[in-house]
Amino acid sequence: MSAGRLSRTVRVTNPEGVHARPADMIAKLANRYHSQISLTKGSLKIDAKSILSILTLVAECGTELVVEAEGPDAHDAVNGITELFHRNFDEGPDHPVPN
Amino acid sequence: MQRLQGIAVSPGVAIGEALVMGNEGFRIPRRFVTRDAVETELDRLHHALASSAEQIERNRDAIAHELGRQYAAIFEAHLTMLRDARLVDELDQLIRERQYSPEYAVSRVLRRYAKVFQQLDNSLMAERANDIFDIEQRILSNLVGRRREEFSKLESPVLILAHNLTPSETANLSREFVRGFVTEIGGAGSHTAIVAEALAIPAVVGVGNFLADVSGGDMVIIDGNQGLVILRPDEETIARYRQEAEAGRTRAEQLGQLRDLPAQTLDGTRIDLFGNIEFPNEVPACLERGADGIGLFRTEFLYLGSEFAPNEQDQFEAYKSVAEQMQGRPVTIRTLDLGADKVMPGRPDDEKNPFLGLRSIRLSLRNLPLFRTQLKAILRASPYGKLRIMFPLISTIMELRQARMILSDVMEDLDEHGVQFDRNMPVGMMVEVPAAVIMIDRFVEEVDFLSIGTNDLIQYTLAVDRSNKDVANLYTGSDPAVLKLIDMAVTAANKAQIPVELCGQMSGNPIYTMLLLGMGLRQMSVAPAAIPEIKKVIRSVNIAQCEVVAKKVMHLENARDVKSYLKDELNRLFPTDES
Repeated sequence: MSAGRLSRTVRVTNPEGVHARPADMIAKLANRYHSQISLTKGSLKIDAKSILSILTLVAECGTELVVEAEGPDAHDAVNGITELFHRNFDEGPDHPVPN
Repeated sequence: MQRLQGIAVSPGVAIGEALVMGNEGFRIPRRFVTRDAVETELDRLHHALASSAEQIERNRDAIAHELGRQYAAIFEAHLTMLRDARLVDELDQLIRERQYSPEYAVSRVLRRYAKVFQQLDNSLMAERANDIFDIEQRILSNLVGRRREEFSKLESPVLILAHNLTPSETANLSREFVRGFVTEIGGAGSHTAIVAEALAIPAVVGVGNFLADVSGGDMVIIDGNQGLVILRPDEETIARYRQEAEAGRTRAEQLGQLRDLPAQTLDGTRIDLFGNIEFPNEVPACLERGADGIGLFRTEFLYLGSEFAPNEQDQFEAYKSVAEQMQGRPVTIRTLDLGADKVMPGRPDDEKNPFLGLRSIRLSLRNLPLFRTQLKAILRASPYGKLRIMFPLISTIMELRQARMILSDVMEDLDEHGVQFDRNMPVGMMVEVPAAVIMIDRFVEEVDFLSIGTNDLIQYTLAVDRSNKDVANLYTGSDPAVLKLIDMAVTAANKAQIPVELCGQMSGNPIYTMLLLGMGLRQMSVAPAAIPEIKKVIRSVNIAQCEVVAKKVMHLENARDVKSYLKDELNRLFPTDES
């Protein structure tokens, strides 16, 4: 049911933005899907399976990104990645982040 | 091609492959592999990546175990970076298609990422550059097979590019293969500069951040005359500099012909032209250039070159070796000038203001066993040549007396043990603190000679940190205040009829030679490489003419006027020279 192409806009809401750990979570999750997944910030579009590319996006708190997936599990992929943003990458009072 | 401007601290031109030295170690200067080696090199890269991943996993697990999982998150991220398919593809491609060595490919690609992060305003993101450097270092160390090679293990000529070189690192340089160096920080008069000068290799310091723009193996030109560093120069630039380097060599050869001629002015005034050294193995460089003696033996380098403070016997051997090699010519040994920018390994550096802190003679007077050991070694070496001893950074008469008292005490000790030494070894002091110059009339009554250390005298007089690039342009020997202090010291010594020499970097700069002679200075101690050029100036002037220059200079009101006047005078002397 989830095959095809899908995109959704998300906003970075965790105060620290997409630094190493969130980028790690995104890339790891993205690599579990067969679809091609990208993140777009303005005119910059990168491969969501590459942590280094994600870091070069410099997605700070408040940035809007478009999550796009194309492939057999595009629907699950977009849901999964957006979910990470919604959960603030598990950062917050319950999940202290060292430095 | 990229041009960087820094501070020229040691003249000459060097062209060659870069050895980039980060905080962790350095990158290997090999850029290309042969076509038939590509597959093996790819294997090597993948092995290195796998080993790096294993090491990071181990770190992650250890940290997670000790501190909790969330603290290991950064290693998790490193691991993902290392396994980034795009990164690996990129590396494979560079090796396969452009025949880069894995080391060069890793360095190039990761530095490009690091640079992106470094340029960000967001400090948290900019920090990511350090993660990238960390990964780069890890992969490289796995490629090379060892974490950190020693400078002394170099096998081919290189130009060293570093953030900063500690005196102990420069002390360990392999003289045979290091052809020049560039540092991001530091200023004229920093000890990096002194060592470069001693090695007679070009150096540029205070260039600012640039290491992220360069990879080990890149072609680099160091123009130590202009303070320029050119990364990845084009063919035309290389050709131009090759010519310049060639011209420099020819000029050096011509100057070499002065070796056996005395440093004597046209009117027959004999000037003592000494060499400054850090290690006994620099003595031949002085002798080859016809030095009249060693005017400054900076003994702290004996301490900085190794992990442990050298014992009495090691020091004795070093001093004796220099004394014997100089065959009766005077050798002035300066006691330890440690502290400030020359810190022994292991010594805590929690001083807020090290140049005004516990350094030099102050440090020696607080560490009597250390000081006594050195004095003993010097005294024991004294029968093997013509040694003189000198205390650095003397600020008050009490300090001088205290140092002399300890010296007498050590002499008594040696007497009791029946050890031979030169009882009449002259004892002098460095004049490098303005307070000492102001009170110089008192000091000349209690020492056998003076040695003016301009490097410190300039920084203390002008209140300029010579290694801070933001104010380094204010650091100049041409300032009338500095010149007035030098003049006071020279005049006082001549009046008291004790020898006075000048051993800072000023004495090695030919624009000052006439001025210093005109002030009445008759002894200069310079980096060995500067001897021929200074001798050439000395042999081309007469004292009366120099006195006119000095008189004129003492009436000028600012450093810029002084410098341009002195340059003009030198140009009039040698109209064809560029300097």
